[in-house]
Amino acid sequence: MEKQAVIQQKRKGFHFRLQVEERSDEPPKWLSPLLTVLALVVAFAIAGILIALVGGDPIYTYSRMWKAAFGTWFAFSDSLTKAIPLIFCGVACSLAFHMKIWNIGAEGQFFLGAFGASLVVLAPIVPKGSSSWVYIPTMMLSGMIFGALWGFIPGYLKAKLGVNEIISTLMLNYVAVAWNNFFLFGKWSYQGFQMSEKFPKEALLLRLSDIAKKYNIKALQGMALHLGIIFALVTAIIMYFVIYKSKWGYEIKLTGDNPNAAKYAGINIMRNTILVMALSGAIAGLAGASEISGVVKRFQGSISPGYGYTGVIIAWLSKLNPLMTIPVSIFFGGLIIAGREIQPSGIPKMIQGIILVCLISFDFFLHYRIRISRISAFAEE
Amino acid sequence: MEIFQILASALAGGTILLFGMLGGIFTERSGVMNLAIEGYMLLGATIGYKVAAQTGNPWVGLLAGILAAAVLGVLHAFICVTLKADQVVSGLAINFVGTGVSMVLGANLSNLIGKVNLLPTITFPALSNGSAVSEALYILTKQNVLVYIGLIMIPIANWYLFKTRPGMHLRAIGENPEAADSMGVSVNKLRYLYTILGAALAGLGGVSISVAIYPGWFSELTTNGKGWICVGLVIFSQWQPIRGAMGAYFFGLLSRVILNLKIPETLFGGIKNPFFANPNLTFFLEMIPYLFTLIVMIIGANEARRKRIGAPAALGQPYSRGQRGK
Repeated sequence: MEKQAVIQQKRKGFHFRLQVEERSDEPPKWLSPLLTVLALVVAFAIAGILIALVGGDPIYTYSRMWKAAFGTWFAFSDSLTKAIPLIFCGVACSLAFHMKIWNIGAEGQFFLGAFGASLVVLAPIVPKGSSSWVYIPTMMLSGMIFGALWGFIPGYLKAKLGVNEIISTLMLNYVAVAWNNFFLFGKWSYQGFQMSEKFPKEALLLRLSDIAKKYNIKALQGMALHLGIIFALVTAIIMYFVIYKSKWGYEIKLTGDNPNAAKYAGINIMRNTILVMALSGAIAGLAGASEISGVVKRFQGSISPGYGYTGVIIAWLSKLNPLMTIPVSIFFGGLIIAGREIQPSGIPKMIQGIILVCLISFDFFLHYRIRISRISAFAEE
Repeated sequence: MEIFQILASALAGGTILLFGMLGGIFTERSGVMNLAIEGYMLLGATIGYKVAAQTGNPWVGLLAGILAAAVLGVLHAFICVTLKADQVVSGLAINFVGTGVSMVLGANLSNLIGKVNLLPTITFPALSNGSAVSEALYILTKQNVLVYIGLIMIPIANWYLFKTRPGMHLRAIGENPEAADSMGVSVNKLRYLYTILGAALAGLGGVSISVAIYPGWFSELTTNGKGWICVGLVIFSQWQPIRGAMGAYFFGLLSRVILNLKIPETLFGGIKNPFFANPNLTFFLEMIPYLFTLIVMIIGANEARRKRIGAPAALGQPYSRGQRGK
């Protein structure tokens, strides 16, 4: 008797009913970007709470991060430089994700791309003293080929043998690091250091600081932004047209959305799986090549703070749209730059993870609608 | 005697993978993808080590590590079960969170190596003073307590899955949630439970690294892809604990043999060790566990196709009542 009374009282107190129902209509166009922004805000709030919990001051941390990333033109140039490999990796992941192929191997493909570009200089494939017009295209091409190879392997295994590509791409990431280390510590080691000798000037991508020196522009002095940004932008634009405007892009999207329909439409899924993985790998390889030639200037270890993995988040944040990867990558480039300034250094990585969690959580509202209806206090009795 | 030493450390190394793999099996049997093992493991290893260092009691660390991973598991379950989001992406996201939080919380832990109390090692001194056989047994049985817990867990997991009522419910919600629901099994509640249980087991795997078997905290290298190897093992195991356990111990053996190949000047009593002469070649040895995971996946995929054994039928599909999973 007593128990019942309590329940009744509770019912009287609660005048609203929450109802979750699936959306039958298309969600309005403004909803998706709004949810993305909301997810970002919530992610930074949660990360802030976590920072406070470990004894930091979130407001101070964030303002320092912002200053470090975008506070000056100099910092902005650094953030843009970091955005270059991120754009490539983001586009690479977007392409594969459109077909629901989970290429988590952009990191390994990046390393192999860096290896491929270095091979041109250090093997050497191009004779010493060649001009930049020979060096740069060969390096980029070689990086793409090696990246493509690293994408082809899991693509082939998935298409022909049904091997889960998430695991295979991830395992190849670890193999790629060991592969590069072999050359780093052995064959290409320079005077026993874990790096190669510095590349000749002709093998380096043009930097803003080079322009500053040549034309004596004070404002650009010491800025590290390099020609790779143009490559990255062009790649993103081309891939936008490939994915959204070409027949092949349509095949990929259809296969991702509805593999059965794609099969009945006569699309060669096996071939496309391999092609998509190889192309995705080639783009990520280009990231490695441009990073080696534009930033690192030699073959070296630890050239990536996880560009390939961040590419996954970037692809998701840009809703798999290659053009959107550009602003998103600049934002994440800033996050990486900011990470160098703050302690503990894991904070940017943590923020990245929380952003991805919030993003996929907020996508809930794209597919479902929550209805709050008022119920009268006694209606239930 | 050296062979027994190798076998002993194979058992220990395999135990880490065993916990993560069992966690994966339980979660995925319920129909929820578990790609977050690496993140759970690293968080478990970090929190376990940190708390063990702060309290001086490794058992408290063990509990804390398991709990931390379980909390992360709640998040995964919430995203996959309640929000019905893509389980692959959720798994990846949880990995990022687990790694990131571990990096932040573990900032100064690498200074503590050697100063933290570890979980006890069990020995049988009675074996130590006898014949060669008992000497071998002594070496083989000198193991961390977690190794024994792991060994006990295999038959228990198998029995639970295939011989008990709750185990049957677990398999049912992964194979045919509609039918299970109509029989009165609450699908989503159980999916929460097993996602969290899977996370806790992976967390145990993490603790078994940092506070027991390979003591210490070395940022991301603490786990160094072991969680991902577990994900591969789950697929290889065909979601069966015993098959998976054999895989896990074999991996333990493999990584120990690799370690042994690096050091001596000559191998098998006469052949010059190429890895001693040229230490750079050891980088190829380091690739072996990862390449082997690939091979294991290929074998697993082939066999699954031949025998028509697949993943749990509802794996990756969220369940809502009154409609087929979307």
